[in-house]
Amino acid sequence: MNNNLCLWWTGLIAAFLLAPLLKGIINKTKAIIVGRRGPKLLQPYYNIIKLLRKGCVRTTTSCGLLAWGPPVTLATAMIALLFLPYANQISPFAFTGDAFLFAYLLGLGRFALVLGAMDTGSSFEGMGSSREVQFAALAEGPLFAVLGFLAISSRSLNLSSMLTCPLPAQVPTVVAAVILAAGIAFVVLLVENCRVPFDDPETHLELTMIHEAMVLDYSGPDLGYILYGSCLKLWLMAAFVWLMLIPGDFGSPGLMMVLHILGILLSGVIIGIIESVTARFRFLKLPQFLLGSLGAALIALALTILTGRNLP
Amino acid sequence: MNESLNLILGAFLILNLLLASSSRLLHCIKLVAVQGILLGLMPLTLPHSPDSSAWEYLLVMCLNLVIKGVLLPVLLAYTMRKTDVRRELEPLVGYSASLVIILVLTGIAFWLGSLLPPEPHGASALVVPAALSTICTGLFLIITRRKAITQAIGFLVFENGVSIFGTGMMIHNGLLVELGLLLDVFALVFIMGIAVFNINRSFQHIDTHSLNALGD
Repeated sequence: MNNNLCLWWTGLIAAFLLAPLLKGIINKTKAIIVGRRGPKLLQPYYNIIKLLRKGCVRTTTSCGLLAWGPPVTLATAMIALLFLPYANQISPFAFTGDAFLFAYLLGLGRFALVLGAMDTGSSFEGMGSSREVQFAALAEGPLFAVLGFLAISSRSLNLSSMLTCPLPAQVPTVVAAVILAAGIAFVVLLVENCRVPFDDPETHLELTMIHEAMVLDYSGPDLGYILYGSCLKLWLMAAFVWLMLIPGDFGSPGLMMVLHILGILLSGVIIGIIESVTARFRFLKLPQFLLGSLGAALIALALTILTGRNLP
Repeated sequence: MNESLNLILGAFLILNLLLASSSRLLHCIKLVAVQGILLGLMPLTLPHSPDSSAWEYLLVMCLNLVIKGVLLPVLLAYTMRKTDVRRELEPLVGYSASLVIILVLTGIAFWLGSLLPPEPHGASALVVPAALSTICTGLFLIITRRKAITQAIGFLVFENGVSIFGTGMMIHNGLLVELGLLLDVFALVFIMGIAVFNINRSFQHIDTHSLNALGD
């Protein structure tokens, strides 16, 4: 196995091992900003391990789809992680068009969770699913605009080469467009992972929940799978945004790896800060905000197309 | 390709989207001020043409910066405070719908821009789309926002679009045209300010739709 492939596998294993830590960092940042001591950094690990050791209670009114939700969500997140180019090393699983698979694996995980939630017949879960699907549908526009932007600027449909393509750093318009697109990808991260301006992961009121309302009926290992799956998804999207911003290869592979992990953990701090300083948006404002980010992503796209014509 | 010009034009496109979606009057006025300042900075990014003197350039630039970037927004904000208007815009078309419409109009602007022959001086390919999109945004704001003061804002945005076209295509029919345009805008916003003030004093609100019902 050559050196680059080793590095890629290190990145993948780091993602599996460190994903809950990212959530711990978010919670710790939030706690420090409001002046609390907050839960331990490793608390998400303890929670997941505790849940996995427990027994599982499932409602008897469900027809079995309920049990499918958590494993499918976890599995799709794990498979989607295989396509990212960690530390700018091309993924060994990459193929042309895997960007679409990446996007729809996330969609499949959500679909399984929504089906499971509907299966319980609880009205709260139905409401949660409805909202989740609505916002996910709206977030798909910006996500695909960003993917389209990457595809055009790197002239490829392969997620690995889309994210590792070196930027023409001498062209300020392209750099501005990349920063704009990465900002939109960050918005998509916040929607996909139910973070604060869109959903409050810590709410205890069923009426205001989106994602949390869908998982009310899960317990024990099922809930553990969902928690771990959501940690993986957060890591996945954070890695996506960070890889967009890193301009191709520079420095030694080891340095790239350290930068990669530090960058993702840093995004945890940024999410924590955002959650501390902003309130949640009104439901009515969310579609408007997502439409606006779609527009901004399309403008980034137009900027690259128009300037890209004159580039080599 | 002129990079800093492209950046400014891209910023104009984003500002248009923000204008369509912002629900606060003061926020709109600030956005228009930013547009004015960007417009003033635009001549700096263009190559200097031999047939116009530098001081004309500078004069137009400074006048743009001062009038569109500072004076008119301040005047609008002053009118807003004086007339005690409610801070919300009360749009006829919702903000999300406005955003979609502006996006579609921007798309059409890009299409129209691609139909035109390539620019003679090798100016940016973004000039026509940005100008048309700004013009459309201005007209759209005039049509769909109820307040007299937002119509003045819409007119300012519209006029910014016209100026982008002129400056970006490097049409130097000179100082006189630019000054005429500026005077035009200045006079209009001034009159609008006074009119808004008077409408407000007579009717206690500045909703222009009630004016439609007036007979003679």
